Amino acid sequence: MNKPAMPNSFRTGPDEQGMFGIFGGRFVAETLMPLILDLEEQWNKAKTDPEFKAELQNLSTHYAGRPSKLYFAEGLTKHLGGAKVYFKREDLNHTGSHKINNCLGQILLAKRMGKKRIIAETGAGQHGVASATVAARFGYPCVVYMGATDVARQSPNVFRMKLLGAEVRPVTAGHGTLKDAMNEALRDWVTNVEDTYYLIGTAAGPHPYPELVRDFQSVIGTEARAQMLEQEGRLPDVIIAAVGGGSNAIGLFHPFLDDKDVRIIGIEAGGRGLDGIEHCASMSAGKPGVLHGNRTYLLQNSDGQILDGHSISAGLDYPGVGPEHSWLRDSGRVQYEPILDDEALEAFQLTTRVEGIIPALESAHAIAHAMKIVPKMDKDQLVIVNLSGRGDKDVHTVANMLGMEI
Amino acid sequence: MTTRIDRRMAKLKAEGRPALVTYFMGGDPDYDTALAIMKALPGAGSDIIELGMPFSDPMADGPAIQAAGLRALKGGQTLAKTLKMASEFRAGDDETPIVLMGYYNPIYIYGVDRFLADAKASGIDGLIVVDLPPEMDEELCIPALKAGVNFIRLATPTTDDKRLPKVLENTSGFVYYVSMTGITGSALADTTKVSAAVTRIKGHTALPVCVGFGVKTAEQARVIGASADGVVVGTAIVNAIANVLGPKGEKTADPAEAVATLVSGLAQGVRSARLAAAE
Repeated sequence: MNKPAMPNSFRTGPDEQGMFGIFGGRFVAETLMPLILDLEEQWNKAKTDPEFKAELQNLSTHYAGRPSKLYFAEGLTKHLGGAKVYFKREDLNHTGSHKINNCLGQILLAKRMGKKRIIAETGAGQHGVASATVAARFGYPCVVYMGATDVARQSPNVFRMKLLGAEVRPVTAGHGTLKDAMNEALRDWVTNVEDTYYLIGTAAGPHPYPELVRDFQSVIGTEARAQMLEQEGRLPDVIIAAVGGGSNAIGLFHPFLDDKDVRIIGIEAGGRGLDGIEHCASMSAGKPGVLHGNRTYLLQNSDGQILDGHSISAGLDYPGVGPEHSWLRDSGRVQYEPILDDEALEAFQLTTRVEGIIPALESAHAIAHAMKIVPKMDKDQLVIVNLSGRGDKDVHTVANMLGMEI
Repeated sequence: MTTRIDRRMAKLKAEGRPALVTYFMGGDPDYDTALAIMKALPGAGSDIIELGMPFSDPMADGPAIQAAGLRALKGGQTLAKTLKMASEFRAGDDETPIVLMGYYNPIYIYGVDRFLADAKASGIDGLIVVDLPPEMDEELCIPALKAGVNFIRLATPTTDDKRLPKVLENTSGFVYYVSMTGITGSALADTTKVSAAVTRIKGHTALPVCVGFGVKTAEQARVIGASADGVVVGTAIVNAIANVLGPKGEKTADPAEAVATLVSGLAQGVRSARLAAAE
């Protein structure tokens, strides 16, 4: 369904209305409309401003620690016995995930716009921590909305946010996950329009957020592409990333979209399987709808009510996905596959043992798919997996799943 | 082409008083009770009915209307049932305008053309869809206007003079001025500012301007009604229903009666608005 014509380039979206084909857009209350139009204007000025670029570059290098390494995962490669596996080490960034890339960019925008207060939503707490971090660094008060379920399962990140001076507001509506946190953040924003900057953590929401988050995260793919060319002398055969809202994935994918020989795979949370409703595979099992300011693939019932979904990974526990992914899915450029909770857990443990790297459960979904396809590939083929974050935050969840006590 | 909204507004203008616009959630706490509430509204003094379409993720609503929507969904309400409720009401009342209010996704999933045909057949006069700003007019606003259904736009304190013409361009029926930046059920904004905003909007349009968000009491309705063409009350009505529901959702009193009592009081406030203003 919704098959758009094959474009000359996959990298030109969104259009002026913020659409990627039928996806994206600006489905927000009128109160917010002037704000997102202002944000778009400011973003358009900032992205071509050499001073803005230089400041972001400087922070990326000296504060976040970029460029992140492209690491040849020799242990995993030997174990799988197929293609060479590389990890893009976003876990080594300051705050332990790719989220800092976007937060640094947006805090500079907030500063340019003269905002006085930062709000953010978070699932796994990675974006909440990154938001609290940049708010601390630039001296802003910060409120982070987090589902009550996530507050419980990501307690180390909750504590980190509090240490950083942020206020964490648990949201009890729905299942108490990312969707509910985003509703509550939008309610805060619509109330505090004068002084508040909404720092969205994923490549979703009303235009221009999907575009600007993608652009801030594209540093991942831009670096990985250059690093692979330098280290192997050619482009990878396959690149893989986990997709919740999809910011680490779009960041890795976007610079590769027009490299036609590079196969691109996004991994959705298959939870306990796609038969029931205990998963978050919106593109594999959902249909297009409108939520949180954009049209995109959503888990929903026949009445258009949004379902809560389930994933072992709080960061993937979202019933929607960024609109550009929906478009890439329908255009066929990117293939999206589900990975189950159990498969992710196995990848988590294997990576820890053979690489000495504890990956975030989100990233473990991407690794799990590599474990499926790499053994069937030739030894001279190259695979990049986006290691979007470190897994220290997940040890309680994993211990719980394995029936262990910490 | 005039609609029931146009006729009702013209009639009230001739009477020299503002409209009382009452919001309640379709299907809250169940279909039959909600239909009884709806039927009780005109007799209690409601001039225009806003029929809420429940949505799982009501991003512009406060806790009271969120809870009402969840009660309705739990009671099995769907968009199809909300339309059926309107048509059952319409069988006994062909005059009181009905405006559907809610979010876009259930309509999008129902199918825009099918929705407009069914809404029209159910006696729906207007639509308020919170997450469809003028930038998204092609989605539903333009098709609705072609189908002869009013598309009522929200104007807010952030809608400045530069943007107002865009907001008003395809608006019909009336303009819904949101009295504050915030979610439904918050405290009422400074009424002087609200009056000034109504005057500002009236400088751009001949359409009636109704004011909502934060109006809970007869006194507030009177004060707002002194400058606005209509006063919208929602959360207070939804709360009146919630107040007669026990912890398990069981009724401790008749919700329709509770709503009627509240609305009668509000209606008196609205009816005394211009008298008070003239004093």
